Amino acid sequence: MSILILGLGNAVMTDDAFGSRAVEALAARYRFPEEVVLLDGGTLGLDLLPRFEGVDRLLILDAIDMGATPGTSFRLVGEEVPRAFASKLSVHQMGVQDLLAVAELQGNLPNELVVWGVQPSSIEMGLELSAQVRSALPEVIERVRGELQGWGVELQPIF
Amino acid sequence: MSKKIAVDPVTRIEGHLRIEAQIEGGRIVDAWSSSTAFRGIETILKGRDPRDAHHFTQRFCGVCTTVHSMASIRCVEDALGIQIPDNARLIRNLIMGIQNVQDHVIHFYHLHALDWVDIVSALSADPVQTAKLAQSISDWPKNSPTYFKQVQDRVKAFAGTGRLGPFQNAYWGHKAYRLPPEANLMAVAHYLEALEWQKDIIKVHAILGSKNPHPQTFLVGGMSIPVDPDSQNAINADKIAHMRKLLRSARAFVEQVYIPDLLAVASFYKEWAGIGGGVGNFLTYGDFPMDNAGGTDSFYFPRGVIMAKDLSRVLPMDQEKITEYVTRSWYTYSGGDDKGLHPYDGETSHRYTGPKPPYEFLDTEGKYSWVKAPRYDGAPMEVGPLARMVIGYAAGHQEIQETVNFVLNKLGVGPEALFSTLGRTAARGIETLLLAQKNELWLNQLADNMGRGILEVHNGYRWDPSTWPREARGFGYHEAPRGALGHWVRIERGAIANFQAVVPSTWNAGPRDAAGQMGPYEASLVGTPVADPEQPLEILRTIHSFDPCLACAVHVLDGKGTEIVRVKVL
Repeated sequence: MSILILGLGNAVMTDDAFGSRAVEALAARYRFPEEVVLLDGGTLGLDLLPRFEGVDRLLILDAIDMGATPGTSFRLVGEEVPRAFASKLSVHQMGVQDLLAVAELQGNLPNELVVWGVQPSSIEMGLELSAQVRSALPEVIERVRGELQGWGVELQPIF
Repeated sequence: MSKKIAVDPVTRIEGHLRIEAQIEGGRIVDAWSSSTAFRGIETILKGRDPRDAHHFTQRFCGVCTTVHSMASIRCVEDALGIQIPDNARLIRNLIMGIQNVQDHVIHFYHLHALDWVDIVSALSADPVQTAKLAQSISDWPKNSPTYFKQVQDRVKAFAGTGRLGPFQNAYWGHKAYRLPPEANLMAVAHYLEALEWQKDIIKVHAILGSKNPHPQTFLVGGMSIPVDPDSQNAINADKIAHMRKLLRSARAFVEQVYIPDLLAVASFYKEWAGIGGGVGNFLTYGDFPMDNAGGTDSFYFPRGVIMAKDLSRVLPMDQEKITEYVTRSWYTYSGGDDKGLHPYDGETSHRYTGPKPPYEFLDTEGKYSWVKAPRYDGAPMEVGPLARMVIGYAAGHQEIQETVNFVLNKLGVGPEALFSTLGRTAARGIETLLLAQKNELWLNQLADNMGRGILEVHNGYRWDPSTWPREARGFGYHEAPRGALGHWVRIERGAIANFQAVVPSTWNAGPRDAAGQMGPYEASLVGTPVADPEQPLEILRTIHSFDPCLACAVHVLDGKGTEIVRVKVL
């Protein structure tokens, strides 16, 4: 059983960096067992394809525009995923949607796919998350811990 | 009836290129190429240690990182008079060689093929006939009816969910698509196979560069990856064997899949050998030194210039004759915008005078692009695989001549067909084949050196800034996948006083100059038939044949991301 936690986003585009920041926060807080890989995927797009090989469960963390109040978090599964990413603006035109589509066409899409997203407040250029998105971080991290628990993985906190 | 249309963005990966075209009577009569993003890495480099430049210049782009490392390192080595050891030459050739091979295959299948291949038509293909077709042009072992059926089923299931993923932004069913369904299915299958293949073969970069993208082992004076048969952490016999396997697989795919597909697809579109010629002037810096004496004569791809499609005369390339104009670009020069500046004296002072977004059209009478207009001896020049192949061909390079003639004969066309959209796409395939074969030679030479105890990878001469002259300047060349890439550095008291890059897409995608001369993209579009201005597939065919990528051609990303391909008709 192999699990990939993939944070996505552009580090210099304020809230777009949410996925990457969430991965950093997870790594700082918990010890992860060998079968769980934490990866800051940045804006690599299709270059992330090889990382899907042998992965059974994929958890994506990303800022997604769902038209909600900034800082609202949501969980997406199944058919909701491509729809959510369909309009996602990405610095690289080949974005998450294409990554998932190609993985599916290649037969490399993990069996289970869960996305935890946060509604961004700003995707302007800047190195800091907005206050709303930053305050959503602890909740999302707790949700990720719960998600992993559901997959039979108990995270040990780093003291 | 005259119509003006805009295609924005044009590229399939990075989207900062915009084409506006005037169409009359079903043909393009005028065209403008614009990049809509500004960058400013040259400004960031000023005052820094020249030995660090390559770490910054790699960030010109998120895709072609390696090429800027190469050119930056070389301009500093040129400025300081450093010669690199033979192993460093071979490692660099291998990194550049596999970069070209991977990049060109990705370009053909993932960025360009869908201009010629109709994926929707592939759904109605007969897998048995597809296998027959594929077997008639190649002995690639996968070409079976079962295989093509599997691929078709997967694409059908996928399309059945109402999604086309990376294929959605295209003009499916356009009448300019001409392949039979079976050829379309074959190409779609190989599109998916190439995706698998490319991620494997680029492991050569991970081995030699310790990382990809953004390889870390380039160093002024050579490379920082050790060659040592007795070390687990160096290039040793195991690593050589691993790379040999990867290079073989790279060559096999190029020989048995890419080239046969290219020839098969091209045979249905021969009229494109008469469309998209462009400026007809070509420039190469040359690359892939075959010895480490430091001369340009040993370059596998020769250095040179061809003017006005004259294959009877290859002129020497003198980088002193290069100037960049900003007359029609959103920059300003201290000495006036109508004069060209050599890159050593280049200036990057932006002054945007274009419309406030969102806008319908640019003001193409004034300044209209973030790309400067480079000129050689005052003339616009095309760079890239076609430039490399025609200059090699005209210079009497035996392997280039043989391979070019093989392709021309297969298609039943003469050398004049090279100066076209189809010629550009074919030239890319030809040089991929040549480099896929050469890579194995370079690896063997590296293994020989190692066997003979020659392990040096770095020349520390002049590493220490206290040994540098007070002032120095250097030109760094590289034949990147997209063409001639030049970096120019001026070093004063150990720090960068000025740095300028003229990248391949600056040459090709640049706007008009002070004399009003069009850039290569613009010139290549004039005369191109456009069947349906709302679906300007023909524009994409020609512009994609240049392999456009504008992240690096413009000098800070606007950060607004991109939109889906937008076509506006006035």
